[in-house]
Amino acid sequence: MPDITVKNVQFYFPGNVEALHAVDLHLPPVPTAIVGENGAGKTTFAKLLKRLLKPSQGKILLNGGPIDRLSTTQIAAHIGLVFQNPDHQIFKNRVRDEVMFGPLQIGLSKKKAYEAASQALKRVGLAESSEENPYDLALSERKLVGVASILAMDTDVIILDEPTIGQDERGKQLITSVVRELSEEGKLVLCILHDMNLVADMCERTIVFHHGRVFLDGETNWVFSHEEVLNQAAIEPPQVMQVARQLGIKHAVTEQALLNELAKLKIKC
Amino acid sequence: MSIIQVENLKYQYPSAEHLALNNLTFTINQGEFIGIAGANKAGKTSLCMALCGLIPHFFKGAYGGNVLVNDKPVRDTPLNNLTDLTGLVLDHPFTQLSGAKNTVFGEIAFGLENKGVPRKLMLERIEEVLHLLHISELRNKHPFTLSGGEMQRVAIASALALKPDILLLDEPTSQLDAARTTEVFRMLANLADQGTTLIIAEYNIEKMALHCHRILLLNTGSAIDFNTPRWVFSRPDLNEHGIVPPLITRLAKSLHIKRDDGLYPVETREFNALGGFVDA
Repeated sequence: MPDITVKNVQFYFPGNVEALHAVDLHLPPVPTAIVGENGAGKTTFAKLLKRLLKPSQGKILLNGGPIDRLSTTQIAAHIGLVFQNPDHQIFKNRVRDEVMFGPLQIGLSKKKAYEAASQALKRVGLAESSEENPYDLALSERKLVGVASILAMDTDVIILDEPTIGQDERGKQLITSVVRELSEEGKLVLCILHDMNLVADMCERTIVFHHGRVFLDGETNWVFSHEEVLNQAAIEPPQVMQVARQLGIKHAVTEQALLNELAKLKIKC
Repeated sequence: MSIIQVENLKYQYPSAEHLALNNLTFTINQGEFIGIAGANKAGKTSLCMALCGLIPHFFKGAYGGNVLVNDKPVRDTPLNNLTDLTGLVLDHPFTQLSGAKNTVFGEIAFGLENKGVPRKLMLERIEEVLHLLHISELRNKHPFTLSGGEMQRVAIASALALKPDILLLDEPTSQLDAARTTEVFRMLANLADQGTTLIIAEYNIEKMALHCHRILLLNTGSAIDFNTPRWVFSRPDLNEHGIVPPLITRLAKSLHIKRDDGLYPVETREFNALGGFVDA
């Protein structure tokens, strides 16, 4: 089972600008949301896990071993990162080639890479776009090309940086079901998200970043119950919890629970 | 007073097989805050492009019908004249930022410089939008070193600084955190109150329901409805158009809580008043 341990990691951008401060985390294969205001350090953290950036201090362990002892190819075979901006990820001029690139780099044969790419594209609903130029696709579709590229590599760890940017309801449902399936397969899925409704839907654990520090970390419902702390980190609880609070109803985390409570109140009226 | 008139607008991208915009006809009044809702490929971005003139001046293809902005036909008006009237925030800030400036301050100044705005006024406007979007502390940073959400706020600030009569925003809050999203919607509502016409294409139905005066519902390039949020989100066939109504409307539908006019509420206060759940 995949497992990441982050030990006292600090990261400074050039000019001694601190982006992350003393981050200590253990990440077992539980669907986990990473949330926080813009500039809180979420994307920097994801890049450190993927070793696109190196910690200024501290250590990151993958399955108990230091990640800095692994080659780029070994890291690529274990950890997949879907970039926040798909245009930073995509560079081939055919969707299929883009999705095959990763599998080929980690040593799959051309035939297996082709099959993996076909399956991944089907999973994100882009099977019919496989011969197109990614830059002829909409932003939401380019984002799904990025997701497919990582799915095709079948890594143990998948980090999705704001996967729902530009996605409509159908796209959000698709991402949600992909995350659930990956988690059921025993993979470690980390999602950087701003949509707290999706966090509540998809993730068992939520880690809140604030000014480069881990501000709150725990089971998702427990995290959302700390409203005052979340306010400081510019996080709004999911819509259901906000509406429940406005209507004076406690402990309604899901829409169905809220509906049940309201139905009881309506009968009393 | 109408500021935008769209008459039988049809548009097809070069090499595309289907119309991106199919026979749209509607009018928008000055100071209205309009939300465009629809699934991917509904035509939201294409409509924004057609209203600011990038269609047909930049994106060629088959174009029919008329778009009048301030009584000027978009097709016959040079793009640089249209940019005096309309501003556009693209769905992807990375595409919008010029890449020609090394600081956020310079990036916001870029449009103003190109418009020949006097220096003193330019400085005032830059300070104003830096403050409005809470990005004053980013002024000396390179735009491409910012986070996605910070970049998105710089893109909005750059468009706002030009003070267009009509501001078109294509998914302007997709990368913003919740607090910033709320701030941006409130700021836009204030701008509409002051007379700026706002047209926003968004997936954030909750915020559109609270702030927009009317919702234009699109499906594969056609206008399905153009009415108040209550009206549009009360439609029984909304799911068929790829839209899930706001939470309050979903709850009201399930509990059969309706207004006298048969429409469902879209915001908590009205829902509560109709349902009598909490003492006001």
